[in-house]
Amino acid sequence: MLDQVIFYFFAAIAVISAILTVTRRNVVHSAIFLITALLATAGIFLQLRAEFLFIVQIILYVGGIMVLFVFVIMLVNLDVAVRQLRFARQKWVALLISLALAAQVGLMLWSTGKMPGQGVPVLAAVPADKLPLNSEAVAKSLFETYLLPFEIASVLLLVAMIGAVVMAKKRT
Amino acid sequence: MLPIGHYLFLGLALFIIGVIGVVTRRNVIVILMSIELILNAVNINLVAFSRLYGDVAGQVFALFIIADAAAEAAVGLGIIIAFFRNRETVLEDEMDLLKW
Repeated sequence: MLDQVIFYFFAAIAVISAILTVTRRNVVHSAIFLITALLATAGIFLQLRAEFLFIVQIILYVGGIMVLFVFVIMLVNLDVAVRQLRFARQKWVALLISLALAAQVGLMLWSTGKMPGQGVPVLAAVPADKLPLNSEAVAKSLFETYLLPFEIASVLLLVAMIGAVVMAKKRT
Repeated sequence: MLPIGHYLFLGLALFIIGVIGVVTRRNVIVILMSIELILNAVNINLVAFSRLYGDVAGQVFALFIIADAAAEAAVGLGIIIAFFRNRETVLEDEMDLLKW
């Protein structure tokens, strides 16, 4: 019961703020609503007993990436952008195709388990007291099974850092 | 944990809202934010399946996706700054240098 209340609370916040993110005229408002959407997603992670990801989501997404976004919004001039047209010219076609995609995937998920041999198998979740301690288990998996992808991710971050510095540098 | 379908539908809703943002908005910064929403929806699915099977591999992959999102945001915003310095615009339909 409590699980359901928490899930629907955070899911409602996430979906509503996501809708506001893509529809607000002011880019700063979009950024604020994106922050609440990401925080609500962090709440979903906590409800799924992924404590480590919950902390990482708040520190990295909300504390890191969103600060970067707000800085860039300050650098490009906002006053002009507020008065301009929000949506591109192809918006109705784009909306129609997106909703068709949504209907397709939603129908596929909805029919899961109703027709034999289709969709993901419907299983009972592992009980909560059988789960290993979260940060410990994540660290073990990250540094034993997925050590090579971890190192590659660090190289990727280094490349991205150099790329961002080169891109944002003033051309002489 | 609720049945897995709840989480899949939440992920689908966030994904579709992100796709609508990418294909309909003109401002490139909002398009990048919509991409963050899409990656977030993927993370919800991964963590939900990780919880369903009691296996932390899904959470590790979600961590990799977060690192990837950070890299993508840094490079993307750098490109936006460089483009804004040259063309004085952040609207995607005015970025038509390759069009003839």
